[in-house]
Order: sequence, then structure tokens, then C-alpha cells
Amino acid sequence: MGISLSNIDKSYKKQIAVRNITFDVNPGELFGLIGPDGAGKTTIFRILTTLLLPDNGKATVAGLDIIKDYKAIRNSVGYMPGRFSLYQDLTVEENLNFFATIFGTTIAENYDLIKDIYEQIAPFKDRRAGKLSGGMKQKLALSCALIHKPKVLFLDEPTTGVDPVSRKEFWEMLKRLQKRGITILVSTPYMDEAALCDRIALIQDGEILAIDMPQAVVNKFPKDIYNVKADNMYKLIQTLQRYEHTYSVFPFGEFVHYTDKRVIFKTAELQQHLESSGLNGITIAPTHADIEDAFMELAKK
Amino acid sequence: MKNENVIEVENLTKAFGAFKAVNAISFEVKKGEIFGFLGANGAGKTTAIKMLIGISHPTSGKAKVVDFDVYTQPEAIKRNIGYMSQRFALYDDLTVQENINFFGGIYGLSRKAIRQKSKDSLVELGMHEISSKLVGSLPLGWKQKLSFSVALLHEPKIVFLDEPTGGVDPITRRQFWEMIYKAADQGTTIFVTTHYMDEAEYCDRVSIMVEGKIEALDTPKNLKQQFKVASMNEVFLKLARNIE
Repeated sequence: MGISLSNIDKSYKKQIAVRNITFDVNPGELFGLIGPDGAGKTTIFRILTTLLLPDNGKATVAGLDIIKDYKAIRNSVGYMPGRFSLYQDLTVEENLNFFATIFGTTIAENYDLIKDIYEQIAPFKDRRAGKLSGGMKQKLALSCALIHKPKVLFLDEPTTGVDPVSRKEFWEMLKRLQKRGITILVSTPYMDEAALCDRIALIQDGEILAIDMPQAVVNKFPKDIYNVKADNMYKLIQTLQRYEHTYSVFPFGEFVHYTDKRVIFKTAELQQHLESSGLNGITIAPTHADIEDAFMELAKK
Repeated sequence: MKNENVIEVENLTKAFGAFKAVNAISFEVKKGEIFGFLGANGAGKTTAIKMLIGISHPTSGKAKVVDFDVYTQPEAIKRNIGYMSQRFALYDDLTVQENINFFGGIYGLSRKAIRQKSKDSLVELGMHEISSKLVGSLPLGWKQKLSFSVALLHEPKIVFLDEPTGGVDPITRRQFWEMIYKAADQGTTIFVTTHYMDEAEYCDRVSIMVEGKIEALDTPKNLKQQFKVASMNEVFLKLARNIE
């Protein structure tokens, strides 16, 4: 009852949106599609929810073919698009009722599934959806996507533009839904959210860069990484970018992540180079790659 | 960074009826500083920024931006600042060059100045070969970098950046921050909001707004010490969680 895509291609006129997309989501899995704006994430969602036909390739959702069985798919999946797409002029309760009715069910019938999400917005049930805050809209949209007890849930960038606190709460909700046996495909441009998924596909420019467990993607990073710091970050970055032995240099929070081209790399040598370039307060210490390091390395190729 | 304030805010308040969206905030920003203005959705950041850039009248309190008063000199403020919003604001149907010409004109730059400025910007952005491409056809990250350059065309003293890197890929996001560092290095003050907490670490100082008030304001290093945590993300979670 998972999701399966094989060799999916889609172009809009001459513009290639996605190319040769192949991956499987296991039943009950929380699978993340991780990539920036324009990577092709939404195209994949639209194909899987039967809103868009692929040019080539095959895909099934909950064992159903996206072309032959499109009507059955629409009844068994929940979809929360990136843009808020509920009825702004209907109240919270009216929206939920509307979606329940469309799917031939009632709010009461599946209330236990949405209970802990809907309870947070229930005090505002008579407010028009258009007047809700961003966080509340998101919770209502999720409630509407769940009201018919879907087997598979599609969430397209549910946390984009959302602050870290609300993002954390949203992921806690997803984990609880997963425990109810729902297969979840979620996309995000926030790479730190990759770690919260069972498995991820990294995607850029319409192509998949890697598919694996988040930690496995990070473990495959081919280089030793160092945290470098100095009192003047801008000068530090510039100096490292011009250094002949630099393989990569990227700012990461309070540090710069540095990798060296050489097989044998001595930190003392780099320290000396930075000092002679006029930098002060230098620290160099080994660190671990994170998901963004992995993404940038894969995206380079 | 010089010891000269370019933003001075004292008890600035904006009320909508009984609701105080911004509740008596006070802070200063120095010339050349990268100032991170953080907060949860709905904390009042956008309302505060609107007052600082002269498009919303405060209910009470004082604010001076580049020596100009937000109550009496909002037009002077607008001429002396750059602004870039999270929604891309260039014209998709104009080329890269046409956008630069257009905004240069809006800011009152001479033709000669526009020509020189656009040449410099295009080289810096690595976009000189695509200057005749429609902006609508560019990837988001490129658009945002171009947008930042355009916001700097008239050499403003302060640039306000409202979530400039949302949805941008990790490499371009970092290139964007290098542009920020460079502008700050040349004396431009950067006032930036973001939901990426690693970017909060790039700021000289960070303020965190919670329900209309500034609940914390210091260097990332001091904030982490104060809250006894290892990252700005944890600082943020701790602060916003405690208020319930």
C-alpha cells in the first residue's frame, strides 16, 4: 500500500520538470522529498495525485495505477498542496464538513484520526478560513486532507515559511499519523527536516541525487570536514576560497565547513596560512558532515 | 562595524484595537552591523519592519532610521533604505538588464550611474552573459541574488531583507550570505529576518520577538551561553516554548 514510481518524465513545453524519477515508498513509511524551489517536487506530487499525466514512466499509489485507476486513487489519498487551497469564505467547520461530504463520510466517523490536530483549531470553528493565521490554516488543511482516512498522505511543502517552533510541532503531528499506519510522502526545502524522515530522496533540477536513510546519505560524504572560525568571517571565506588546497568552503552557522584537496592534510599548515593572511582568533577542528554538506557535494556533480 | 547608530527604536508600539502587535520594543542597530530580527510567525516582525521602513504609522514610541523620524520623515527613510521581501519583487517579463535599468531609474540614478552600477553588479553576480534573459526564466536563487543587488543600487545605508533565502538551494543560500557579508563589510547595515536558524548564527547580533515583545537581544554567542544551549535553534525553541 505504498507508492512506486519508475522512470517518470515530465516536461512543460520545452522545459524539463522531472527526468527519470524512480523510487519506492514502503507502506507505513515517512518518506521525504528534499530539494529547493524548482527542483520538481510539486510535479511529482501532481502526477501521483492524478492531477497531471506523466510523459513517460509508470507509477502506482496504494497499489493503484495512476492512469488506469485514477478515480480510486483520488478516494484513497489525502493531498495537502503547497498553496492554501481550502475555501476562504467558508468557516473552519464548514470546510471540514465539505471535504467529509465530498468523500462520502462524516466528521464524526473519522474524528479520532484528526482529533489532536483539530482540537487546536476547534475554538475558531466559526471563523472563516481566510481569516486564520498561517499555522491554523495549515492545521485545518491537514485535517481536511485526513477526514476520509486516506491510506496515503501527500504533503507538499507543509512547513515552508513556517517558524522553527511550529515546524517542530508539525513534524510531531506527522510522526503520530505515521503510527496510525498512514504512508506519508512529504516535501520540504528545509534540509534539517530530512533527519525526521525514515528515508529521503534528494532532488535538484528535476533529477534525484540520492535515495537512502538520512544518516546513510550523510555517511557517504567523501571528505573529512573541518569547522574553521576566525574573527572576520567574510575575510575568512575569501581567504579560504583563494587557498590553493581548498576543495570546498561553505559557511555553516558560526563556522565555515572546510574540506581539503590533499590526502594528507595538516591543520597546523592551514592555521599558519590563515594567520599569515592577517586573520585572528582562528580555530580549526574536525566535525561531521551534515545533510546540507551531502546535498551540496551531490549537487556539484 | 562603527560605533554609530543607524536605527534607534524606543518603546515602539503598534496596536490594532486592543491588540498590541508590537509592544514597546526598544533597540539600536549600528552602522555595518548584520542584525537578525527573528521571531515565530505572528510574533510581530512584519508589523515592526513596516513601521521602520516608513509604510506604517506607529501607535506610540520613537524610531529613527538613518537619522530620519518614522512619524515625520517616512519619504526620506524610503529614499535611504533598500528593501527586499520574501516574495520576489522584480518583473518576470523584463530582462535582467531591463530590471536593473528600471529600478535604477525609480531610485533616481543617472543613466551613467546605472550603466556603471549594472556592469559591476552583473559581473559580481556572474550574470553578464545572461543579462538579456527574462528574469522569469531564472532559478529562484538567482532571482533572489539579483533582487538583493537591485536593492543595493542606490547605495542605501540600510537594507531590510525579509526572509530572503526561503526555499533557496543550499549553495545559492550561502552565496547569498557572502553577498550580505560583503555589503556589511563595505558599511551597509543589514536588517534581516529568516527561519533558517543557521543563518541566525551569521548575524552580529540577533533579536527574538515573542508575542509583540523583544524577549532576547545579543550576539549569537552570548545568547547560546545565556540559555545554556549549543545552537541558535535551541535558543529559539526555548524562548518561544516558554511563553504559552
